This record gives sequence, C-alpha cells and structure tokens, in this order.
Amino acid sequence: MSKKMPATPLLDQLESGPWPSFVTGLKKLATDEGKPYADYMKSLLGQLELSYETRKGYWKGGTVGVFGYGAGVIARFSEVAEKHPESSEFHTLRIMPAPGFFYDTKTLREMCDIWAEHGSGLVALHGQSGDIMFQGCRTDQVQPAWEKFNAMGFDMGGAGAGVRTAASCIGPARCEQSCFDTLRAHKEIINDFTDDIHRPSLPYKMKFKFSGCANDCANATQRADVAVLGTWRDDMQVNQAEVKKKVAELGRKEFINQVIRMCPSQALALNDDDTLDVDNKSCVRCMHCINVCTKALKPGKDRGVAILVGGKRTLKIGDLMGSVVIPFMKLETDEDYERLVELAHNMLDFFAENALEHERTGEMIERIGLVNYLEGLGLELDVNMITQPRTNSYVRTDGWDDEVRKWNERKSAAAE
Amino acid sequence: MSELRRPTESGVPEATKYMHPVLKKNYGKWAFHDRPRPGVLRHVGESGDAMFTVKAGTQRQMDVYTIRTLCDIADKYCDGYIRFTIRSAVEFMTPTEANVEPLIKALEGAGFPVGGTGNSVGFISHTQGWLHCDIPGTDASGVVKAMMDLLVDDFKAEEMPNRVKITTSCCQINCGGQGDIAINVQHTKPPMINHDLVSGVCERPAVIARCPVAAIRPALVNGKPSLEVDEKKCVCCGACYPPCPPMQINDPVNSKIAIWVGGKHSSTRTKPMFHKLVAAGLPNNAPRWPEVSEVVGKILAAYKQDARAWERMGEWIERIGWPRFFEMTGLPFTKYHVDNWRGGRANLNQSAHLHF
Ligand code: HEM
Ligand code: HEM
Ligand code: SF4
Ligand code: SF4
Ligand code: SF4
Ligand code: SF4
Repeated sequence: MSKKMPATPLLDQLESGPWPSFVTGLKKLATDEGKPYADYMKSLLGQLELSYETRKGYWKGGTVGVFGYGAGVIARFSEVAEKHPESSEFHTLRIMPAPGFFYDTKTLREMCDIWAEHGSGLVALHGQSGDIMFQGCRTDQVQPAWEKFNAMGFDMGGAGAGVRTAASCIGPARCEQSCFDTLRAHKEIINDFTDDIHRPSLPYKMKFKFSGCANDCANATQRADVAVLGTWRDDMQVNQAEVKKKVAELGRKEFINQVIRMCPSQALALNDDDTLDVDNKSCVRCMHCINVCTKALKPGKDRGVAILVGGKRTLKIGDLMGSVVIPFMKLETDEDYERLVELAHNMLDFFAENALEHERTGEMIERIGLVNYLEGLGLELDVNMITQPRTNSYVRTDGWDDEVRKWNERKSAAAE
Repeated sequence: MSELRRPTESGVPEATKYMHPVLKKNYGKWAFHDRPRPGVLRHVGESGDAMFTVKAGTQRQMDVYTIRTLCDIADKYCDGYIRFTIRSAVEFMTPTEANVEPLIKALEGAGFPVGGTGNSVGFISHTQGWLHCDIPGTDASGVVKAMMDLLVDDFKAEEMPNRVKITTSCCQINCGGQGDIAINVQHTKPPMINHDLVSGVCERPAVIARCPVAAIRPALVNGKPSLEVDEKKCVCCGACYPPCPPMQINDPVNSKIAIWVGGKHSSTRTKPMFHKLVAAGLPNNAPRWPEVSEVVGKILAAYKQDARAWERMGEWIERIGWPRFFEMTGLPFTKYHVDNWRGGRANLNQSAHLHF
C-alpha cells in the first residue's frame, strides 16, 4: 500500500518563483506511485519539512561501503527514523565524472535508470567535491547500484582521509586561454592515485585541482592542496589590428579605463596609433587584458604550469591560499606528465610522513616552514615563491656562504 | 547470495569520449570567443569552426525526470552531448547557429533560466544542508533557491561590473568556498553537550585535538567520562561537532547567518582574496531567509552602482575603502569586524592611509 504524501507547508513555499525548484523535483519522485522510490521520497520530504520547522538536521554518519573499497559512500542514517521510517537509510554514492563534467545523453540516461531502480532518483550534478552525488540509497542497494555504475566505466570518488576527486576547468576542450591540457593532467594524476582514493590512509584529505590559466575557473588556488595553474614564459601574443578594432569599439577613454588602467603590474600602454605596448617583463600573466580583448590578445606560446600548494578551507587554523612551489614547468610531452605524476606522489608521501593527524598540507607547511617542505621534496628555491623577503630579523644565518654558493651554481648551470 | 564483484579500479574516464566531435576536432586549437548575447558563448577555432554554448541554471539537486528533460533537449539540439560547469550550471553546445534560439526557447520553456555568462550573477555554488549533511546548521538548496528567485534577472543579464560568484555554506567548515558574497552559518553559542553519550560515541582525544582554540578538556560528569568546554575560550566554530555529535552546536535560534564579501579565487588583476565578514546575526529564517536576501540585495546594489568595469567585489572595496563600503551599504560596523587573533595584525591599517 502506498504511503500518504506528507504535508509540507514550509517546503511548498520553495516551489514558487522563477528558479527551478528542487522541492518540485522531490515531490515528483515522491508522487510517482509504483516506483520503488515513491514512498522513500515521501518519507524524506517529511524529514526535510521537520528540519525546516525545527531548523535542525537529522542525519548521522556511519559506515557503509562497497566490496573492495574503503571510501566513497557517505553513509546517512536518520535520527528520526521512528517518524520517517522509509528514509531511515539515505546514503550517497560519490561517483567521479569525466574531467570537465562532459556527458553524452546515453550515459546520463543510463545513470538515471540505475538510480531509479536502486536509489532515490535524486542526483546532485555536481557536489562541491567534483563528484556526481547519487543521493539517497538504502544500505542493501549500495552494492548493486555501485556495480552497475562501475560496469559503465565509472569509478568511486574519494572521501575521508585520502586523495579526493579532482576538478578541472574545461581547458583545451573549449577555451582558447588554456595553457595546458587540464583534462589530461586531471586524468593522469587521479588514475595514478586510485589506491589512495579508494583506501584512505593519510593524515587527512588531499585534493588536486587544475585550471588552464590565472582565471582559475576550477577554484584551485584556495580549494586544493595542490593547484595546477596554466601560465606562459614568453611574450603574450598580440594582434594589433584587433587591438585597434577593440579601441574603436570601446573608445579610447574606455579602453584605457578597462584595459590599461586595470593591469595590476602597469605593464600596458596605448600607443598614439591605437596599438598596444606590452611590457612582458612586468606582466604577471594575470589574464585580465586577455579576458577583455579575447580576439586581440592571447597567452604566449611557451606555455606550462605553475603549482601552488596548501590551499584549504577554514578547519582548523583558518583559510589558507595555496602558495607557489613550482613557478613554471612544461607540460606537453609524455615525460612532462610523468614528472607531474611523480611530483604529486612525492607531495603525497611527504604529507603522509610529516603531517599530524587531521592536518592539511597547508597547515603542515605553516608548522614546519616552506623551506623545510621544499627541501623535503627536493624542490629548487625560486624568488617567485615569495611576495617579499623576510621582515623578521630573528633568523640564524650561519649557513649563508653555502647557500650563496648553491644559488650561484644553479645560476651558472642554468646559463650553460 | 551471489559472489561480490571486485571493483574495476578505472579512475576517471577519458573526457573526449563524452565530447561533441567539434570539440574533439578543435581540441587545444581554439582562436577566440565572444558572447553574442547573455547566456550564449561563441568559440571559434583556428579551423574556422564555431561552437555555440547556451548556459542555463539548474536546481543542482535534480530528480531523474529533470535530468531526462535536459537529455531530451540535448538530443534534439546538441547531438546528444551535455556538460555541467563547476558551479552546477548546465551547458548545451551546438555548432549550428540556427539551433541557438530554439535551444534557448526550449530551456526557458522547461523552466531553466538562460544566463550566467560574462558579467552576470552566476549560479550560487552550494553545499548539502538539511537534505543530506550530518552537521548542517541550515539548508543549502533552499537558501539558494530563495536567493536565485530574487537574483534571476542579474543571472540572465550581463550588467554587473564583473562576474559575481556567490556561495553558501551550511556550517562553518564552509564547503562552499570563497565568494564575492558568501552566505554562511555562524553559530553564536558553545556546543550543548549530552554527557550520557560522549564516552560511547566520541573518540575523546581526537575531539580535544580538533578544537582550534584548545577549549575542550576531558571531564568526569555524573561519574561518566565526558568532555567539557571552556565556554570563555570557545569560538563556537562547530569543529567538535562532526567527530562528536553529542556536542550539538546547531541551535534553531542561536545558529545565525553571516555574510562575507570580497573573496575571489582567481589571480586575475589582483591576487586571490579571502572574503571578509560584513554582517552577522541574521536569523536562520527558513524557508526563504528574507533577512539574508535584504542584506545581499543592498550589497549587490551598491556594487552594481559604484564599481568600475571589471572590478570584482573585493577590488571595488579595496579602491573605495571599507569606510565607504559600510556607508554605502548602511551596514553597522562592530568590534566583531576587527580581526583579533594573533595573525590578525595583517588586517589592521598599519599606515597613515585614511579614507574620509
Ligand atoms: C593508566 C594510564 C592511562 C590511562 C588509563 C589513559 C587513558 C587515556 C584515555 C582514556 C585517553 C583519552 C582521553 C580522552 O578521551 O579525553 C587518553 C589519551 C591520551 N593519553 Fe592517556 N592514559 C594513561 C596514561 C597515559 C600516559 C602515561 C601518557 C603520557 C605520558 C598518556 C598520554 C596520552 C595522550 C597524549 C593522549 C591523547 C590526547 C590527545 O589526543 O589530545 N596517557 N589516555
Ligand atoms: C588522558 C590523557 C591526557 C589528556 C587527554 C590530557 C589533556 C590535557 C588537557 C586538555 C590539558 C589542558 C590544556 C589547556 O587547556 O591548556 C592538559 C594540561 C596538562 N596536562 Fe594533560 N592530558 C593527559 C595526560 C597527561 C599526563 C599523563 C600528564 C603528566 C604526566 C599531563 C600533564 C599535564 C600538565 C602538566 C598540563 C598543564 C597544566 C597547566 O598548564 O596548567 N597530562 N592535559
Ligand atoms: S581557467 Fe582559464 S583556461 Fe580554464 S576555462 Fe577558465 S579561462 Fe579557460
Ligand atoms: S596579463 Fe595581466 S599583468 Fe599581464 S599585461 Fe595583461 S593585465 Fe597586465
Ligand atoms: S558546509 Fe558544512 S554542513 Fe554544509 S555540506 Fe559542507 S560540511 Fe555539511
Ligand atoms: S565549538 Fe569550536 S571552539 Fe568551541 S569547543 Fe567546539 S571546537 Fe572548540
């Protein structure tokens, strides 16, 4: 016998208005009588309405998994199962999409069918983690649902103290500003770390994200322990005829306001003939002028990546931005990608050995100092890693002459 | 019972497998892009091929019927390909310019607002909330729905000085990340401890270690091992709640909403910025959070009116100065806005630069 639809006067207020309503979606699932999820979702709606009434959450965690893996299922048991028994178990399966969140409709439909059979019919595209979140599954349905997703060629995402699902911008697939193949880098790293994704045993989580340029569409700088950002070393490409067109389109004053004056490093000047002067030694590759003049300006041709390490959100010592540990590295050949993956493994190993429990990479670096991190990883010091040299005079400098010699040796080696 | 199947540890699939052939053909060889109208991008390859993208808002938390509707539209106009953005907008791509207008009609007809490109208010990136998280102080999808209902015109138009990225987070872990505007739960009272449950449920040393201000101590309460909180030290962050659910931090009245502004992830022009607290103490007023909308509305209006072209929220405030920001938005300035921790000196004015 099918269950009665719960009264949801508060949630109902989220059905009006121009934006698509998730409540309408939940109700559609709940009222499709005969479907295995109808009563499940009625019960869920009842619990959610209760949360809206009391302003409290009613889920507790637990341990639910799939055979062979130690992570990827977010277990949820209801604390109000007595009143809302059908949705007493409402677990999430984190499944990793293709880099860049690309789908064909056959794949999406197949996923929907699996989820309609084994789960709630509710899917978040996507979670902040970068996963497809198949939300709402009974414990006994987790394994069969997972086996079908896995058979489609999809794998479980990360959770807990392990490597997490990555995220990347659309990159070369559709963005002319991309300075490296974000989608390939994403795949190469993640697919080399599946063991650390599926069997978490690190001090805490570790995230990789990939953005093709300083615009950082993947929000890597702050939201990844390891942010891989595209940049270039040579001069930016300028099409002066298109610059002139842009000046004509905006007018000189607005071109100066919107392009010249907004350059953070005062690297641009408008010539008397409405062509652009770029001081490439001063340019910090911030992308602003290129964003405004998409036809006239482009990153240079000698492209690669900068790697920033240590970004994270509030817990525990407050938010941290990533900071530069590799100012530039080529990422074109197979060997380049192998070097990137090797570097990622070194970063992970160092983290595993040196971080305290529940400490993120950025916190560990705060505790031990960037210099120790660089030395631990064998990374070369670079002036691009700082905004300015130290201001605190409490420093012991008895190794000065050795360090000067190392620096000079590196400089002469680079000059050869 | 049948034998359990060993997982195929395949990682992520190859992205090109799910890409429109025109994207594959022009991979890494795009020349430029422009925006024929709000909500539509045109990318042109060195080959001369053009790819049109129509971007639309979704509810993120989608039922299978909604996803199938999106698939129907993609089958009809986009050769069966579809893509999502990092902020949960959906993108429909077609090389056929004639498909663009019918595509927009089909999307809007099915209830998906078209927009989110260029200098618009993008879709709010959000978390899980009451629907699925085990620690939330508020809902996420509900806040976002209520806000987007009000901001939909700014989503559909490109009339902001620069793009506006709004985030919400339903606890102070702030999964939502940095935002031009961040709408985050802010607890105001220490956890209420159920001492009967602590020793059975919580790994006490781990809980003690979790506290950012070392406010938690082991204690014997009613003869049972438990934990106690030095309420003077506690900053009400809620970090002890996930590892120890009997330390309930959520409270229908005392868990408030705070608004933060001026965060950005990109290195475009200025370096990435953290968002800064501008308003707190707003009630967690489900189902539509009108007090939150009011403050967000004020901030957006001031930014829209006063910022120069391409200034992000944080850049605009840096130029006009915080005194002017508080004056223009009419928001009160209190002692809670002053960063008072050890590293907080970096946020004090250590100069004679003053705004009048
Ligand atoms: C009979 C002797 C001991 C007993 C029964 C005992 C018991 C415990 C218990 C129950 C905890 C968990 C505390 C909590 O949940 O609040 C704990 C944690 C701990 N104990 Fe002991 N302990 C003993 C001796 C010691 C000694 C001798 C040391 C060190 C000299 C020690 C160091 C620690 C540390 C470092 C922790 C973890 C604290 C944290 O993670 O923040 N214990 N012990
Ligand atoms: C069960 C294991 C233990 C736990 C969970 C524990 C926990 C704590 C905590 C929470 C504090 C207060 C920190 C603060 O608020 O500043 C503290 C202080 C202290 N603990 Fe322990 N402790 C443990 C074992 C020990 C042992 C085995 C010793 C010595 C043999 C010890 C000696 C001290 C001392 C001397 C202080 C400093 C008191 C002060 O600064 O006034 N503790 N401990
Ligand atoms: S981060 Fe740069 S390369 Fe990547 S999509 Fe954004 S603008 Fe394009
Ligand atoms: S990329 Fe940025 S720093 Fe470089 S010239 Fe353009 S605006 Fe200036
Ligand atoms: S922000 Fe907090 S409450 Fe919300 S989903 Fe993330 S962890 Fe859960
Ligand atoms: S709420 Fe935060 S500050 Fe207070 S006791 Fe818990 S962890 Fe410590």
